[in-house]
Amino acid sequence: MQLTKSIPCLFAALMLIVAQNASAALNIEITQGVDGALPIAVVPFDTSKLGSSFPVDLAEIVASDLNRSGVLRAMPRSELPATPHYSNQVQYPRWRNAAQDYLVVGRVLEKTPGEYTIEFQLLDVLKQKQLLGRSMPTRKRELRSRAHQISDYIYEQITGTRGAFDTRIAFVRAQQNAARKYVLQVADSDGFNAQNVLESDEPIMSPSWSPDGKSLAYVSFESQRPEIFIQHLATARRTKISGFSGINSAPSWSPDGKFLALVLSKDGSPDIYTMNTSSKRLKRLTTHRSIDTEPVWTPDGSSIIFTSDRSGSPQLYEIGVDGGKPRRLTFEGSYNAAPNLSPDGRYIAMVHGDRGRYVIAQLDRETRNLTVLTDSALDESPSFSPNGKMVLYASTQGNNGFLFAVSIDGRAKHKLSDRAGDIREPVWGPFESR
Amino acid sequence: MNMNQNMKSWLLAALLAVFLSACATTDESISTQGDGAPIDGQQDGSSGSMTGGDGTGGAAATGLYGSDGGDGTAIVDDSSRAMSAAARLEETEGDLANRTIYFEYDSAKLSSESIAILEAHGNFIAGNGEVSVRLEGHTDERGSREYNIALGDRRAQSVRRVLLFQGASSDQVETVSYGEEEPAVTGHDEAAWSKNRRVELIYKVN
Repeated sequence: MQLTKSIPCLFAALMLIVAQNASAALNIEITQGVDGALPIAVVPFDTSKLGSSFPVDLAEIVASDLNRSGVLRAMPRSELPATPHYSNQVQYPRWRNAAQDYLVVGRVLEKTPGEYTIEFQLLDVLKQKQLLGRSMPTRKRELRSRAHQISDYIYEQITGTRGAFDTRIAFVRAQQNAARKYVLQVADSDGFNAQNVLESDEPIMSPSWSPDGKSLAYVSFESQRPEIFIQHLATARRTKISGFSGINSAPSWSPDGKFLALVLSKDGSPDIYTMNTSSKRLKRLTTHRSIDTEPVWTPDGSSIIFTSDRSGSPQLYEIGVDGGKPRRLTFEGSYNAAPNLSPDGRYIAMVHGDRGRYVIAQLDRETRNLTVLTDSALDESPSFSPNGKMVLYASTQGNNGFLFAVSIDGRAKHKLSDRAGDIREPVWGPFESR
Repeated sequence: MNMNQNMKSWLLAALLAVFLSACATTDESISTQGDGAPIDGQQDGSSGSMTGGDGTGGAAATGLYGSDGGDGTAIVDDSSRAMSAAARLEETEGDLANRTIYFEYDSAKLSSESIAILEAHGNFIAGNGEVSVRLEGHTDERGSREYNIALGDRRAQSVRRVLLFQGASSDQVETVSYGEEEPAVTGHDEAAWSKNRRVELIYKVN
């Protein structure tokens, strides 16, 4: 057993690359639309007053975000009846005739080269009035992020729920060619701006976001066995937090960011522990000789939900953070594992195996109803969006892994794919601070 | 030098050691001394000076408990014996050539056929202190990745128990689980899955 407090990056550089570059985009495809989504038209923003060409298509990013939500449906650009940029240029009857409920207009101004101000207005077509208007100073490298913020404002104004477009996801990309390679990446919620966090010849698993979104905990096999690391994303500084003999796996951050729940087998079978991330002090929560794994915290930090096969097959259980007797939560299906809690704590998304198929299901902790959200055969790793409206998960199709996001009512679904390989283990990060 | 006499006394010592360790000690490291392996004088920490042997690369090993009736050391020809362990691992037939143990879905139960194979491995490891083995547990791709890490570990532990029961030392047996991360074959049907639910024995001759 060894607990190394800090692994200098020098060591890491020999076998892994803790990288900050590499920009690639995932391809997004809406695989299942929703009847009854609210129609909204997003007019291309006016960039004609700029001295130089503008690098991103803001309206396109916003329209694409809103479409993915399943709640709104953006009018195809080719069908727009007009292209106003200010609310006072809008002829409402034309938009009403085009069956649009909402309209977004905007423009980009340039203060000094590379320093922009983005202005946009959300208009209610039926009431012929402005619902929202904002002016956002922006630097060039923040443009995509600003576009996602516009989507967030629009989504929240219309639905009353905070949007989760300006957030990030982490996932593992595996190349299974002649030379196996694993890359832990972080990207925007739409798959753009993918950046390498860690690259290794050995498996990388189970990324978990710190509640402040600044660090990832993950499992790396770089020393030919599973060990848990915490890596600060901006500086790439990483610390090995758990390297006991046996399994060191399934890290999960407590809501206050002070503890990790994790799985260790140093005392026998895999059991759930919590670790104070500053003092490294461990507390063992389960002692059963069965498999206990995949701990996740309830949002109030009072208990931990985990997978155990103590009944003979994997099922979900709940235990208080001070220990005690675990309570079984799932009874439907022969295989329930990989729990992930909605931000309000009401729903548990999980991998649900039934009659040889593995799909994503969600359990309502109040009504105890289990709802199946997906319909393929090899789905895994569900992760709620920070607003609780979508579940991101991985699915195997053919010889590749893809990411999907499904709305919690199961109606809207989109797919993120990557030509370069197999992507899996997505985790949706927390809200970014506004 | 009288090799035969040395051999006899050494074997006697080794057999006695196995008997004694089985009866009298819980320290598994002592039970590594099985049937005819060169014995590392450092391992049990007892007396035993290292002597130069017969000058043909021989090494000195400590007779356990000094029970060989001599000066407390036995001399064995290390080079030829190490080669024989390595050579046995080169064999393409027989139980030792079988280095992959397969499992049923969500199970770490060993078939009687697997147990027979592992008993042969256990005997071999127990008898060859310079050999160590890494047990890599794997699962098929179905279900959750972290559960599969635990399941692969359980499979590796099943295999480990048989090896230790046959007298292999816990120092010689290392386990690691890769879960579903490193499939032996790609594919999404039972034909592929059955080949991926496995423990691989990876030998090392020190």
